[in-house]
Amino acid sequence: MDIFHLDAKQNTPFVHFDAQLGVMEMKGRSTPENSVEFYSPILDWLDHYCKNPAEQTVVNVRYEYFNTSSSKCILDVFKKFSKLHKEGKTVKVNWYYEEEDEDMQEAGEDYSDILGIPFDILEIPE
Amino acid sequence: MVDYLALYEKMHDNNIMLTFKGEVTFDLVNSLLRIIEERLERIEDNKKTRRKVYNILVECLQNLCNHVDETEIPEEESLNGKTALLLVETDLEAYRLVTGNYIQNDKIENLKARFEQINSLSKDGLREFYKTILNNGEFSDKGTAGLGFIDIARKSGQKLQYDFQKVNENYSFFSFQIDIPKITEERE
Repeated sequence: MDIFHLDAKQNTPFVHFDAQLGVMEMKGRSTPENSVEFYSPILDWLDHYCKNPAEQTVVNVRYEYFNTSSSKCILDVFKKFSKLHKEGKTVKVNWYYEEEDEDMQEAGEDYSDILGIPFDILEIPE
Repeated sequence: MVDYLALYEKMHDNNIMLTFKGEVTFDLVNSLLRIIEERLERIEDNKKTRRKVYNILVECLQNLCNHVDETEIPEEESLNGKTALLLVETDLEAYRLVTGNYIQNDKIENLKARFEQINSLSKDGLREFYKTILNNGEFSDKGTAGLGFIDIARKSGQKLQYDFQKVNENYSFFSFQIDIPKITEERE
């Protein structure tokens, strides 16, 4: 339960969640053939985590690209964190985007807006 | 014999980067994306343009793959239901992505309405529409929700171009085209 880890593949991102540290990382490309199938174990793990979360949860997201069928699943991932936030836990979301990638910058703003929780939206310099 | 040199030269003159006609599967889509990504690295200096072309192409191809998968064309129609067309072209101004596939006639009306709605929206309007569907839309068991075309319109900043050519009383050929303008430093 402590660690959830997936290596990056051609169509799927690197995922590393550490329950003890409360640090959640996702990065790379997300273009799986079946997004629901790919994200479902991630969501299950987070359900367990949310029952007994760390004092502070830090979410570092650094997508290079995700397809539209991943976008709903990513929203579902964030909904878990937003629930923690609404329960009064400390949740810090860092949304990184590559230099001048306005599309990815907007995507972070859109999620933050839909969920009603603040994101730190940060440009990664080249 | 057919004049293949003429055919080759015609493709060359039209600046065709890639053409494909055949059965579209997820693995094939991955292979095509790898080829295009390599070519873009070589011919396109602007990173923003490269990223946009690649991202929009992923969406177009995965869309195509999903729809071809859903279109059950009985053998007696002899239309090769799972096959589709893909074309990637470039000129001085833009990259052009074209896809073509068979579609059931009864699906055309909804698709046309969606395209007209997307094409009527401004940049901000598209963004709001995307957010609304992302938050409230109904998603298939694969996670698709018709967000693809909105995303393509948003990222390209261009109108979606489409055509439905009737093949018989059950099916039409659906052509889709999107232009992705090349970003130059002056234009920024």
